[in-house]
Amino acid sequence: MKLDTSGLESFPSLILHGNDVAGEISAPPSFDLPNSNDFDGFLKEAIQMVKPAKGTTTLAFIFKEGVMVAADSRASMGGYICECLSTLLFGTGRVLCYLLLIKQFFFFFIASQSVKKIIEINPYMLGTMAGGAADCQFWHRNLGIKCRLHELANKRRISVTGASKLLANILYSYRGMGLSVGTMIAGWDETGPGLYYVDSEGGRLKGTRFSVGSGSPYAYGVLDSGYKYDMSIEEASELARRAIYHATFRDGASGGVASVYYVGPTGWKKLSGDDVGELHYHYNPVTPSTTVEQEMVDAAAA
Amino acid sequence: MTKQQANWSPYDNNGGSCVAIAGSDYCVIAADTRMSTGYNILTRDYSKISHLAEKCVMASSGFQADVKALQKVLSARHLTYQHQHNKQMSCPAMAQLLSNTLYYKRFFPYYSFNVLGGLDSEGKGCVFTYDAVGSYERVGYSSQGSGSTLIMPFLDNQLKSPSPLLLPAQDAVTPLSETEAVDLVKTVFASATERDIYTGDKVEIVILNASGIHREFMDLRKD
Repeated sequence: MKLDTSGLESFPSLILHGNDVAGEISAPPSFDLPNSNDFDGFLKEAIQMVKPAKGTTTLAFIFKEGVMVAADSRASMGGYICECLSTLLFGTGRVLCYLLLIKQFFFFFIASQSVKKIIEINPYMLGTMAGGAADCQFWHRNLGIKCRLHELANKRRISVTGASKLLANILYSYRGMGLSVGTMIAGWDETGPGLYYVDSEGGRLKGTRFSVGSGSPYAYGVLDSGYKYDMSIEEASELARRAIYHATFRDGASGGVASVYYVGPTGWKKLSGDDVGELHYHYNPVTPSTTVEQEMVDAAAA
Repeated sequence: MTKQQANWSPYDNNGGSCVAIAGSDYCVIAADTRMSTGYNILTRDYSKISHLAEKCVMASSGFQADVKALQKVLSARHLTYQHQHNKQMSCPAMAQLLSNTLYYKRFFPYYSFNVLGGLDSEGKGCVFTYDAVGSYERVGYSSQGSGSTLIMPFLDNQLKSPSPLLLPAQDAVTPLSETEAVDLVKTVFASATERDIYTGDKVEIVILNASGIHREFMDLRKD
């Protein structure tokens, strides 16, 4: 089966392909595929055995000053063990997890509370991670390479439109193979702020407000009700932080640290990273009550 | 005509646990030495730790055949790097290489759960934790393998380090001294051995610091 690996090529290969081990190691990268007659079925079965875990909240929105991007940091690992072959993967958001064959039953296990879900593609573009962590990390890094090559070849920065199109086309060519990526590409180019949603089904949407993940309904609620185009940077970052906090409060699969990034004309800047547990008490301070609910008094002497 | 099912699986799980802890100027990497399949023990004396580069050690649990293949690929790539650049690979560079190597088998994964430990270019301890297809992050401590669900909460309790995502940034490495960290690792394996059937026999502990590499063994319960 011929797999289109042009998405991985970023440089012409200078080394001749040999059939020996040295050739294999220095050959341009390509994906190994299992030697099965039914490749589709192989992957589909693995996916079906898995109970999808959807643990994340990421959001991004455009406002007057630029783009605000925020995300939580929890990665959950979950699923049932089954007789079939599978492997355990970290997942965030619309995850695809393969699962492992030992006779144990895994409840939702927090694999990490400190996953970087906002990926720095280059100094003026950010990508968010939802879905398979490895998929997002790898393809964002690949996108960063392609963006840099574009800059070198064309002597100007790539636009957010162009970068998101590159990523969407790569993901479309792997459609049906089980990649799980739900990402937002946010950046600032010559036309101003740009925000695109790209996913592994091959979808690509331009927009001004997006939230992706299991906590997205909660984040949308807070985001949509508080959004104004003419916000200042402080107001926008507080809105983003609140939206993530509320999503982590209600969604069990989101949590950890709420990171907020701002993308402006000079590039991106990390504005804050706050533990959501601490944010809870910041937004809902505990006041010690001075009045006592019930007080014991001495019984009157009979 | 019904769909044909595969009547064998290319994967097996040989069990075992690995742990790595990063300190201010050292790194401790440990793994047990039991290799099992199903309810049988294949051997009590199998090393899951591989010394990839001068300041970089990897411990892997999972399917040991895939682990062995992965170790071979990495050491071959490291040798090529040394020939081309006339120096050893740094630990963060090896971490990225491991991530890419794992991802290139995205559609037929290496069934290997890895933990990479070493010293970064400043001499501080660093630990990288991976999933089976290459997603990774730098952390202050980590455990993988069959005993990881038992070990991780204990390490979180003893070593809980501030998240690297917090702003202003706080240091993730543990303030423990090297001997305290080694004691902690021994305690951790002794406890995991009690409750995890795939962990036991011996624990191999590797300590990386400025003066080089040091290896020690401790016996664990053999039942």
